[in-house]
Amino acid sequence: MVSPMNKIVIENLTLQYTDGTESLRNINLDIREKAITVLFGPAGGGKSSLLRCLNRLNDMADVKVAIGRILLDGENILDPKTDVISLRRKVGMVFARPVVLPLSIRGNLTYGLEVMGGSAKRRSKLDQAVERSLKQAALWDEVKDRLDDQAIALSGGQQQRLCLARSLALEPEVILLDEPTSGLDPISTAKVEASLQELKKNYTVILVPHSVQQAARTADYAAFFLQGELVEYGEGKTLFTTPQDKRTEDYVTGRFG
Amino acid sequence: MLRKTFENEIRQLKDEIIVLGSMVEQSLLDAVESLKKRDTSASRKIIDHDRIINEKRFALENQVMIVIATQQPMAHDLRLLASLFEVISELERMGDYAKGIAIINVRMGNEALLKPLIDIPRMAQKSADMLHRALAAFVNEDAQSALAIPAEDDEIDLLYDQVYRELMTYVMADPRNIERANWLLWVAHNIERFADRVTNICERTAFVATGEYKETQASYDELGDTMK
Repeated sequence: MVSPMNKIVIENLTLQYTDGTESLRNINLDIREKAITVLFGPAGGGKSSLLRCLNRLNDMADVKVAIGRILLDGENILDPKTDVISLRRKVGMVFARPVVLPLSIRGNLTYGLEVMGGSAKRRSKLDQAVERSLKQAALWDEVKDRLDDQAIALSGGQQQRLCLARSLALEPEVILLDEPTSGLDPISTAKVEASLQELKKNYTVILVPHSVQQAARTADYAAFFLQGELVEYGEGKTLFTTPQDKRTEDYVTGRFG
Repeated sequence: MLRKTFENEIRQLKDEIIVLGSMVEQSLLDAVESLKKRDTSASRKIIDHDRIINEKRFALENQVMIVIATQQPMAHDLRLLASLFEVISELERMGDYAKGIAIINVRMGNEALLKPLIDIPRMAQKSADMLHRALAAFVNEDAQSALAIPAEDDEIDLLYDQVYRELMTYVMADPRNIERANWLLWVAHNIERFADRVTNICERTAFVATGEYKETQASYDELGDTMK
């Protein structure tokens, strides 16, 4: 059997904010490629901080110290010499609340490619990218006849899938999702989750879920974070039925959090 | 208290399991007692009563499903609820074995017993006792007590063996005894199967408590040709 490859290797990562609070403490975690890894735990546990480290969004926050390494395909992305723009092309992000650009549906998807320039700008290429990314985000059937409508007119669930499609249009290798369905109804949530199952065939997906149930539904691998510490990591199907650590057990069975 | 509602629901389910278990236990003891006395009207009551066991089984299953749907349990809670399904259906099946014994008594009509019952009531008593303790271990999630019970199944198997041999001597002495020997052999067989299912409940208990599946021992039936 071929063992799964690690897309990202996190080594001894410690993160401290300027006010001295520690947000992550000595994290070691391997993220498998072409799988969904879920980072979950109570609020303030460090999961979003970790997610933001993975495409250097914390650069803009008041992070004082980051110790350790995050290797993406073997390259340490915390290295100051890292080209952050190209890193973020490789590592796309979808946030809890959809932020659509004040453009058409098509415009939202082509904007990034047009800025990128080069051959990606050609009309036929753009059309291809629009269709591919909308299909991957399970939105194509709903919007294919009105690509020139304003994106803001879409429902919340559609806007969220549009944001997912927008990051996919740039053909990233890793997709980070921070509670992408927290504001969505169950049907839209199911659609987003279904598209994640499709996406993991080609992408490395890292998800911060909005509930333990979503974590259990989606996780190939799951990592439980508590107060800046990685408590337990394992395959989703075992972690949610037979957790090894008492703290994980207590959290997933609703004893705290 | 985050889990108060949930824990109340679990406690209720466990109480109900004990109630269902007592019904099944009583059904077995009554079935053997009425056979011993050749009291067919008592046996008819047992057959009738099995319907209540079946209804209770579905009601309980429904209750488990509602808890799963509304509480979305994880980890230990999930293992417990999934195991409740199995324990409930094991109990229902054990009720059927008791009913089977009652049916045999009714079918025997006016025929006298081939021989007085000695080992068969012993088997029933022992099996009922094993079930009783197995369910206590299940609701207490006491893996250690649960895993000690299956070894006692050997005693049942020995009694079954004894009944079998004894009945065969009657058959060999006079082929006209075959039918009446067969009735009693079926009764013993039903009790043997009943006790085997106690073992399943014990294995489930260990799974709920530890998350590990443990097969405690091969059942009499699985041993196949060693059966004599």
